[in-house]
Amino acid sequence: MEAQTYRVRVGLATCGIAAGASKTYDKLLPLLAEHGIVPERTGCMGMCFSEPLVEVISPAGETFLYGNVTEDKAEIIVEQHIVGGKPVEDLLVLSNVKETENSHFMAKQERILLSHMGVIDPESIESYLAYDGYKALAKAMQMSSEDVIKEVQKSGLRGRGGAGFPTGMKWNFAYQAKGDKKYVVCNADEGDPGAFMDRSVLEGNPHAVIEGMTIAAYAIGADEGYIYVRAEYPLAIKRLRKAIKEANEHGYLGNKILGTDFCFQLKIKEGAGAFVCGEETALLASIEGERGIPRPRPPFPATSGLWGKPTLLNNVETYANVPAIFRLGAEQYSKVGTERSKGTKVFALTGKIKKTGLAEVPMGITMREIIYDVGGGVQDDKEFKAVQIGGPSGGCLPAELLDLPVDYDSLTAAGAMMGSGGLVVMDETTCMVDVAKFFLTFTQSESCGKCTPCREGTKRMLEILERITEGNGQPGDIETLEELGEAIRDSALCGLGQTAPNPVLSTLRYFRHEYEEHINEGKCRAGVCTNLITYYIIPEKCTGCTLCARNCPVNAISGERKQPHVIDPSVCIKCGVCMEKCNFDAIILK
Amino acid sequence: MSKVNITINGQALQVDAGMTILEAAQAAGIDIPTFCHDPELTRAGACRICVVEVAGARNLPASCTTPVAEGMVIETESERVQKARRSILELIWADHPHDCLTCEKTGSCKLQDYSYRYNVKESPYKGEARDIPLDDTNPFFFRDLNKCILCGKCIRKCHEINGAGAIDFMYRGFGTKVTTAFDDPIEESSCVFCGMCVDICPVGALIPKQGLQQGRSWEVDKVLTTCPYCGCGCTFYLHVRNDKIVGVTPNFDGPMKGHLCAKGRFGWDFVDSPDRLQTPLIKKDGEFVEASWEEALDLIAAKLKEVRAQYGADAIAGLSSARITNEENYLFQKLLRSLGTNNVDHCARL
Amino acid sequence: MAGLATAFGSGAMTNTIDDIEKTEVIFVIGSNTTENHPVIGYRIKQAVKKGAKLIVADPRYIELCDYADVHLQIKPGTNVALLNAMAHVIIKEGLADEEFIRERTENYAALRVTARDYTPEYAAEITGVPAEDIVRAARLYGAAEAAMIFYTMGITQHTTGTDNVLAVANLALLTGNVGKPGSGVNPLRGQNNVQGACDMGALPDVFTGYQPVTDESVRAKFAKAWGVELSGKVGLTVTDMFTAAGAKKIRAMYIVGENPYLSDPDSAHVRQCMDTLDFLVVQDIFMTETAQYADVVLPAVTWAEKEGTFVNTERRVQKVNQALRPRGNAKADWQIFVELANKLDFDWNYTCAEDIFKEITALTPSYAGITYDRLGANGIQWPCPGADHPGTPILHVGKFSKGFGHFSAVEHQDSAELPDADYPFILTTGRILHHYHTGTMTRRSKPLRFVQDEEFMQINPLDAKALGVTECDIVKVSSRRGSVKTRLKITDSVPPGVVFMTFHFKETAANLLTNPQTCPTAKIPELKACAVNIEKI
Repeated sequence: MEAQTYRVRVGLATCGIAAGASKTYDKLLPLLAEHGIVPERTGCMGMCFSEPLVEVISPAGETFLYGNVTEDKAEIIVEQHIVGGKPVEDLLVLSNVKETENSHFMAKQERILLSHMGVIDPESIESYLAYDGYKALAKAMQMSSEDVIKEVQKSGLRGRGGAGFPTGMKWNFAYQAKGDKKYVVCNADEGDPGAFMDRSVLEGNPHAVIEGMTIAAYAIGADEGYIYVRAEYPLAIKRLRKAIKEANEHGYLGNKILGTDFCFQLKIKEGAGAFVCGEETALLASIEGERGIPRPRPPFPATSGLWGKPTLLNNVETYANVPAIFRLGAEQYSKVGTERSKGTKVFALTGKIKKTGLAEVPMGITMREIIYDVGGGVQDDKEFKAVQIGGPSGGCLPAELLDLPVDYDSLTAAGAMMGSGGLVVMDETTCMVDVAKFFLTFTQSESCGKCTPCREGTKRMLEILERITEGNGQPGDIETLEELGEAIRDSALCGLGQTAPNPVLSTLRYFRHEYEEHINEGKCRAGVCTNLITYYIIPEKCTGCTLCARNCPVNAISGERKQPHVIDPSVCIKCGVCMEKCNFDAIILK
Repeated sequence: MSKVNITINGQALQVDAGMTILEAAQAAGIDIPTFCHDPELTRAGACRICVVEVAGARNLPASCTTPVAEGMVIETESERVQKARRSILELIWADHPHDCLTCEKTGSCKLQDYSYRYNVKESPYKGEARDIPLDDTNPFFFRDLNKCILCGKCIRKCHEINGAGAIDFMYRGFGTKVTTAFDDPIEESSCVFCGMCVDICPVGALIPKQGLQQGRSWEVDKVLTTCPYCGCGCTFYLHVRNDKIVGVTPNFDGPMKGHLCAKGRFGWDFVDSPDRLQTPLIKKDGEFVEASWEEALDLIAAKLKEVRAQYGADAIAGLSSARITNEENYLFQKLLRSLGTNNVDHCARL
Repeated sequence: MAGLATAFGSGAMTNTIDDIEKTEVIFVIGSNTTENHPVIGYRIKQAVKKGAKLIVADPRYIELCDYADVHLQIKPGTNVALLNAMAHVIIKEGLADEEFIRERTENYAALRVTARDYTPEYAAEITGVPAEDIVRAARLYGAAEAAMIFYTMGITQHTTGTDNVLAVANLALLTGNVGKPGSGVNPLRGQNNVQGACDMGALPDVFTGYQPVTDESVRAKFAKAWGVELSGKVGLTVTDMFTAAGAKKIRAMYIVGENPYLSDPDSAHVRQCMDTLDFLVVQDIFMTETAQYADVVLPAVTWAEKEGTFVNTERRVQKVNQALRPRGNAKADWQIFVELANKLDFDWNYTCAEDIFKEITALTPSYAGITYDRLGANGIQWPCPGADHPGTPILHVGKFSKGFGHFSAVEHQDSAELPDADYPFILTTGRILHHYHTGTMTRRSKPLRFVQDEEFMQINPLDAKALGVTECDIVKVSSRRGSVKTRLKITDSVPPGVVFMTFHFKETAANLLTNPQTCPTAKIPELKACAVNIEKI
């Protein structure tokens, strides 16, 4: 039977499961069993926009990725493709033998880190080993500590957590630091709104992180490590636990690694979800059981970190890059990317973008390529307004900067930052003042409260933004925001505090006119700030169909049947239902 | 100790490596404002009022946490520094009650001092202000968290010096406050009322209840003396106005580093207890009757002479005190020994 | 004090409070430091947080136990067995400082012989502490480069008090922990000026600076300076004074600033003895329970109303400065003494405290270099023999005051009163943080009263259950000498069979119960252990 040699994979990351992938998997299990096939579980395949995803691989190696595979569609795929041998064209999102409308999604990507994502079974070490898993560790352990560090330095890898500090240099500091005990810690406290790269990696390829950390431990001489992962990532934690257990059992972790005297005990510490715990010193305080608040640097964790011991701290993506460096060799690895930003970067594409998902692109690619080529452009083909990159510490870049190369230094120069990889696309319906307010609300409620500028300053900036979006902006508000933002940037304690004004400062830099319109003209061009908009019925277009009046929840619309209707602005709550309902585009925002 | 060369405000200095900028500046007599810094506590770097400008640095580092480095060029009062400090003061002012006229801390308040120094008259930020009920159910001190600037010195003192660990930060962002466990009143916490938090609070958030409205800091005499309780020998300043004790502040430069316990810090009000003996008393027919010193001392002298004459000096005994001064103990044993007996002892054994 | 003087030649704290920061191991025995010496308690806690090791020997689970590496929860009155066993382990495991012993001590052989029998297992039987904990403590103390011992009344207020101190001193001598920073044997003095009262010769056997009354040349020196004839006969100690009063050998007594009615053991007996006196003068700031028995009461002033000096527990002479005018007609104690002395036909001409201090320094070699001017804000630690001597933070550096450090062979002896069928509990007494001694001052302080204003006798939950009593119940506690009624606090900080009371509260005077039996050498009564019975009311 030919069907026996088909392989079927189901994407079972949180994104897939949320879309119903577990049900699809359960449905497939008995159906495929009849044909002697066991469906394979795998992590995020990247194309979150069409979850649940099921991939069918023919005996000849042709791949057919099906999207939006609900239970009933699973049946169709089994019948038509597995039994009938005919791919289901309607559901096909990607194939290696056939052009689809999504082919562009992969075309500009450079999948090094994610190469095994969506392929391997994250809950099976054998699956990881089948794709050269832990070979990098074996290779590294043939080298001296110094050589391992040199290799990382040679690769040009920079920290993927935000600031882009050269990873090899950090390792060298931790290696050089004197201490009877050293730690290796992984920052998996992904907290930026809209970011899910680290979660996807942990869920899809946990062993890559473990392998990277173990190489790091070997390099700096650590025998204990922690993965600090937020408790809101239960699946990632579950898979990490299993991966750690299996790695211990297989001798890649724990005592006598690969039969040598090298020992490395890896533990998971669940974070309670405070954004600030993504800041490295706060994260260490939290592992120690203290309130997660930043400590002054210096001393840097490399010399005095966890319980005062030298500690190497990198994020998930950074560690996950390490096995690739040793697998490919630093030279090969560093061929991708730009002069000062090597390798690839994983982005979580969200917001008003067509292809929401996870993409790994080479450093130096332009923003335009990411958004239009990979991401397929702006939803509903609306006009692109801005892209927010770098989370609450980052900034909003305008259309003029779409051709900016995406690397650490260019982004910083443009007033944003690489950040951890959240990329939120905004269109003409987004109010930039509102966006700034959103991020300041986040920053203020997540401020640890320790230093004055961040605690008090973001509060006052937020109050000003609230005032502006409510239509009570005053002359001078923009200047106050700038002054305050600069004062916070200059004097806050930690990196998060110093960058907290960035969303405001960058929107002021590129979208100052929107602020000015809010304050001076009482106008919100995106129609978001409800105090600044009025719904208006164009009498010429109104047919008097009464649909709007019947749907208005507060009876603000009046008018005779077949006569133009009128909205009473004193009653209107600006919910927008009338505009949605109107079949004649007679209702507009003013 | 190796040395490094630095320049502060144009002044070339050679200082110990490992010093912070703040310590180096203080050693050179340059005053940098601080709220959250205390030399014996963990460096917090929280208030940021001590930021300075370091040539080549991207932002303004806190001088209390930044170590000096070879060749460092530091400005402690540059325009950029002053602007940042003004911003911080304005931010604090935006959420601080403006009742300096009647605040007990007036005159010894760092917020007041620095606002004066940097000419901050009001805050440009008019927004939400905290409205936390006053914790005043204990007789030791008020906790007015609306005045708290969250420097966290009280917390560190409580944890690092006392060890009671009665308070810590709670909540986040603008809602951050210093609380006891479950935000209970302080007397229901593990607080032992040593008052060390009160003594280092830079503003009026922690105010002792003794001596309210009885004198501004500049109106009281501060008399250095030694605690009358246990043998630790803590020294402190008694604050005196109109012949009354109105408070105690520690002697931070003393051998006990200004640490105190509840007894020394708050337990001095027995001095003006209505129970104080104010005049000599002689027992007549089983009742005490007020007497003059002349009468009382004459009687004692006569009786002691009589006993000595009749039964010998060793029929007299004196019990001195571990409470009175050296000079007094000396005179007392001299008195007894001069009477001819060594029957003198005190309560060292009890 | 007598014990430490025997071993080292001086009874005072050998080292300084600052040394706590320099030591590796702190051994606290019989001192509830955080309650009785809170500020020194802070330092110990800080040192532990910075890495120092802490050994606590105490029948109760005190606050310091939270910080301790080892808590040796001994049965009250079994200190010698514990300390000898620690010496046993130190000797056996080669942790003794042989060079120090050879060059600076004497009588080591005697300790070796005695310690041989005190195996940790043997001591475990007596003390109730697991043998392995004794070994652990001995290794910690013995292996440290520098280790400090702190003790207070928890070991001295026993009939074996002097032996306890000698056994403590043995440990320090054995490990060379004397005469260097971060080491020593450090008795913490319980009251603001106990050290000063002792230094000033308010003791029956010595003049100032521990110059013996039995030494003729000393006596001649003082006789000449004072212009009087002096007795060479050692006087009576406080406990013996009352007994002598009861036997009508003492006829007149002058009590200054003390409240023996509440502070001395077996109060009923004390009261009886005071009643027997022909004449009693009490000089105090309040009408104390003792003053009630006086024939004449003299009103003294508080420390805030006079000038002078106190000596703290680390031998630091510090200034007391006058802040207030005397209240009412009250007078400074020294003024009263001067006026009385002149009535007694002595010609005393002191006009201020400093006049007196000058006379003290002239007659006291260890104070010779101290002046009021030199005291400044930080005081000076005696001995300070000359005007340019900086004072002495550490005693016995290079040489003991008495020449060689003296080992003493001491054996375990039971407490004078052990629990039996009639009195099945051991009562131990002490102080709490917010009150002081007999409460004359602290109970007149509003804030301190707020914290606690009555006795809560501590009792173990198991005992409470057996007695059928609950938290805050009132019980009757009786000993062979008296009984009181007190409220209970149920806590496992006391072990089963042991109860704890303070002596702060006159309403529940614990010293009606305590045993006046004293240590034969130091004459310190056994306040830390007596047998009591507890009845539910």
